[in-house]
Amino acid sequence: MNDWFAARRQRMLRLKVRREGERPFAPRLSASEPVFEQCPRCHAAVTRTQWDKNRMVCPECGFHRPVGAYRRLSMVLDEGTFQELDPDLTGTDPLNFPGYGEKLAGLRRRTGLREAAVTARGRIGGMPVIAAVLDSRFMMGSMGVAVGEKIARAAEAAEKARMPLVIFCASGGARMQEGILSLMQMGKTAAAVTRFREKGGLYIAYLTHPTTGGVTASFAMLGDITLAEPEALIGFAGPRVIEQTIGQTLPEGFQRAEYLQEHGFVDAVVPRAEMRNTLAKLLRLHQKGGVRRDAE
Amino acid sequence: MTQNDAIPAARRVALAREPGRPGVSGAVQTLFTDFFEQRGDRLCADDPAVLAGVGLFHGRPVTVLGTRKGADLEENLACHFGMPTPEGYRKALRAMEQAEKFGRPLLTFVDTPGAYPGLEAEARGQGAAIAACLARMSTLSVPLIAVIMGEGGSGGALALAMGNRVLMAENAVYSVLSPEGFASILWKDSSRAGEACGLMKLTAADLLELQVIDRVLPEPDGGAHTDPAAFWRTVDAALREELRRAEKLADPARHRQRRFRAMGNGWLCAGKETI
Ligand SMILES: [Zn+2]
Repeated sequence: MNDWFAARRQRMLRLKVRREGERPFAPRLSASEPVFEQCPRCHAAVTRTQWDKNRMVCPECGFHRPVGAYRRLSMVLDEGTFQELDPDLTGTDPLNFPGYGEKLAGLRRRTGLREAAVTARGRIGGMPVIAAVLDSRFMMGSMGVAVGEKIARAAEAAEKARMPLVIFCASGGARMQEGILSLMQMGKTAAAVTRFREKGGLYIAYLTHPTTGGVTASFAMLGDITLAEPEALIGFAGPRVIEQTIGQTLPEGFQRAEYLQEHGFVDAVVPRAEMRNTLAKLLRLHQKGGVRRDAE
Repeated sequence: MTQNDAIPAARRVALAREPGRPGVSGAVQTLFTDFFEQRGDRLCADDPAVLAGVGLFHGRPVTVLGTRKGADLEENLACHFGMPTPEGYRKALRAMEQAEKFGRPLLTFVDTPGAYPGLEAEARGQGAAIAACLARMSTLSVPLIAVIMGEGGSGGALALAMGNRVLMAENAVYSVLSPEGFASILWKDSSRAGEACGLMKLTAADLLELQVIDRVLPEPDGGAHTDPAAFWRTVDAALREELRRAEKLADPARHRQRRFRAMGNGWLCAGKETI
């Protein structure tokens, strides 16, 4: 019976991942050779199968391509353990912002996502976990009311189930089209992960490209452990805004994952190939890190 | 007040940025006695863009915190025109810790275009510093009343404004980003800022309706800067009343968590509530 459920869950996830693959990030080399996708950085011709096998990391130069939320979960979670939380939760259009409703509808059709965040319950290396993933294909992973709510609910679910919380961040910041309400999600999410942590829960923030703005200045920077993907852009203000302010160009590598590690804001820069093992190790090291019994 | 209702959003943005607009420095002079300013983040620097200290409010010790733009050009430059650096937010964090330790209510006065977007500010963790303030404010067991005085710009403003009650001056504005930044992100054209003002819902009346703020502080005709004394009397009376009410809260931290937990939830679709 359990096997049947596990197989069904895995099928669901595989379907969602396949849907994500419909719209590749990089242009195909030519219409007649759709099996190749050029590396956006070194321009090497890499077959789709190779991209897939190599977790969307370029085998030639090590460039980490952005990864959709479901694909990320399929890379991290043990097979057959994916159970999506709040799959139907969405926001609306609080400011009646011109064109926003149509934009959301179009993105939902094209990406198979309902919103920029996917939250799930699953296992990593046999250990239960609540995972949230922000997806940069959906309005740059920006945080509106629905994303804020999903993150807060994920933290609450982790607290209730005494499970560690892992959030894969990728965001352009606040969702401009939702105005002040998107700003308020910073307060909502910061309070939610803080409450979870104060009860003894382990929260691992995994920063991927790009993590900026209001997400950086709230839950992304509040992890007990902070990991980052190689070369991910991580910062509060965007590079262009900073250049305009200080009137000079920024140094090479500024606001990249390695730079943040150097400046004391990241525990480790973890290549995608080691992501799963690193998380499994951290979960093992915090086996009791579910929410303290005395904290109820 | 009725004639003020018709002021368009773009005009309010201009009023909120008026150079002589009352801010935290004025509050320290008019609302509190025996004020003692606390400087420095105890790590490396003192950022004058954040003012922190202790004073008596009608005889009762309170922690005062606010963002400061400076009164003349020299001060403006030192304060980055009211844009705090991480050192400023870490000083604020220190003031929050002490409010908690000594059981003092925390009153904050916000007037900032946003956090300073500089190279050093990023290198020293602007995002982490703001996040730390948000996290700390969510757990403070003392009452916290925030007043948006002029510009409430982005996360740099929210970093001092997670109040049990959030008040807002009638001509103040509070938004996810400046109208200029908003226009430049959405339309790649910052000259359309005026148009953005109309769409963003950033006035006190808009935010009251969205339940982001709890109370609007009426200003004299022409704006608070035209008659600061009258305006401070309004602020004083409102703060006294709000503080009296907030001190009756059984659990101010939980109240604040719930207040922010509900932000925007009226616009969610499907999915059952878990709280
Ligand atoms: Zn490559």
